[in-house]
Amino acid sequence: MTAEPDLRAAVAAGVVGSEESFRSLLSAIVEVARSIFGAKASSILLLDPETEELVFEAVVGEGEDTLLGTRFPAGTGIAGWVLATRTPLVIEDVHNDPRWSRDVAEGTGYVPRGLMAAPLLHEEGALGVLSVLDRPEQSLFTLQEMELLGLFANQAAIAVDLLLKARAAERLLAGDGELGVVARLAGAVDALEDERREAGLRLLRDLADTFGTGA
Amino acid sequence: MQDVTKHGWDAGQAALPAWSLPKDAVDRIALPHDWPERVTRDWALGGSTGAGVSVCILDSGVDATHPLVGELASAVVISIGEGDEIVAEEDGEGDVSGHGTACAGIVRRLAPECSISSVRVLGSSFTGSGTVLLGGLRYAIEQPFASVLHELADTAYFKRTVLVASAHNMPVESYPWRFSSVISVGSHEEPDPLDFFYNPSPPVEFFGRGVNIQVPWSGGRTLTVSGNSFATPHISSICALVLSKHPELTPFQLKSVLYLTATNVGGGNDR
Repeated sequence: MTAEPDLRAAVAAGVVGSEESFRSLLSAIVEVARSIFGAKASSILLLDPETEELVFEAVVGEGEDTLLGTRFPAGTGIAGWVLATRTPLVIEDVHNDPRWSRDVAEGTGYVPRGLMAAPLLHEEGALGVLSVLDRPEQSLFTLQEMELLGLFANQAAIAVDLLLKARAAERLLAGDGELGVVARLAGAVDALEDERREAGLRLLRDLADTFGTGA
Repeated sequence: MQDVTKHGWDAGQAALPAWSLPKDAVDRIALPHDWPERVTRDWALGGSTGAGVSVCILDSGVDATHPLVGELASAVVISIGEGDEIVAEEDGEGDVSGHGTACAGIVRRLAPECSISSVRVLGSSFTGSGTVLLGGLRYAIEQPFASVLHELADTAYFKRTVLVASAHNMPVESYPWRFSSVISVGSHEEPDPLDFFYNPSPPVEFFGRGVNIQVPWSGGRTLTVSGNSFATPHISSICALVLSKHPELTPFQLKSVLYLTATNVGGGNDR
């Protein structure tokens, strides 16, 4: 990641809100998705690129007490397929599929019969998977529902992108990474008062000019 | 994605002029078979079983022990070696998600006598999956040195290997389905597995059956599934049926036959 987007992310996160707000947004998205489809549960899984695992980032309905933060390998299973191929998928009567059980149902006691899953796509990357579990059994699936699922996934992807930026900004402001010093400097000047603050800002402007940023 | 391969009538063997057509060579490019005045679906694939055609499934692997899939001609898994080379090894794992098994089941049902092989491009590692897909295609098309996906798709087209790829229904730039040398597939909701539609608004070229389909799944299950990725093996199977009956067709001619026999063109009239 280059320095400038990091700083931009830091500033944007400071203006727009905190990690908690974005998490609430994700929760709201899965809540609406569950409600619109009349499903028993809905969840958002995020890819942790370092461990190549999928992590439950938002869960509503069955499993909401136990699944949050749970991880499983991203390379296999149905969610893994959706993520790797970036293609939505609908599967019904999945309760007997051992892989499915291992992915999600393990330890929760909840074994879904059906699953709709769409990738969370942002720019060139697949960030995670939106799942809707157990639509009403009596209704046949339609392409309109697939489209609706895609719309929800797009909205969720934007929220996830903001969440990831907020996390990056948080790390930056906490002093991790090479730009930590910039954040600390900005924080220090921001804490000054009156003339000392003016002087601090002037110094920063001169520094910016010296480095040719024209800021 | 499926790769329907058939080396039938070979243009190379006819000693044709490669890049131009001299006057005295016109007779030599006469097509080996007469085309009917009207290309019907019955002419195209009536009575065909897919015999003689190889369908290669590039996906999550195929569970050959499932009774609705049956024997595979071969199964390999693609990975990236330490020196970034493409490694193809015999795949003992079967299917890492169930999806490839579902696709193989659809092909087996519609074109029962075609030969099915599996090239697993998923599951060996999550990162670099694009490189693994490229490697899988190189392996399937037998072009170990092509480095660019687009070039590979064109090479397949000229080698008479038909690439059938699922189109994305989400707003993302993705390949290879957008290449014009590939047959790209979206979904329709009709129940007849042999129904398919030509799309006059590309880039998606054809719609195959893609909703509420009973398929075999890994672990010996049978599930009901929906998605463009299940419409793809329907169109692959239809290609296999046509190529089995008309092995002389080039990918261009095959696409022409698909167009002429699509349900919304001429194919809906002769059933």
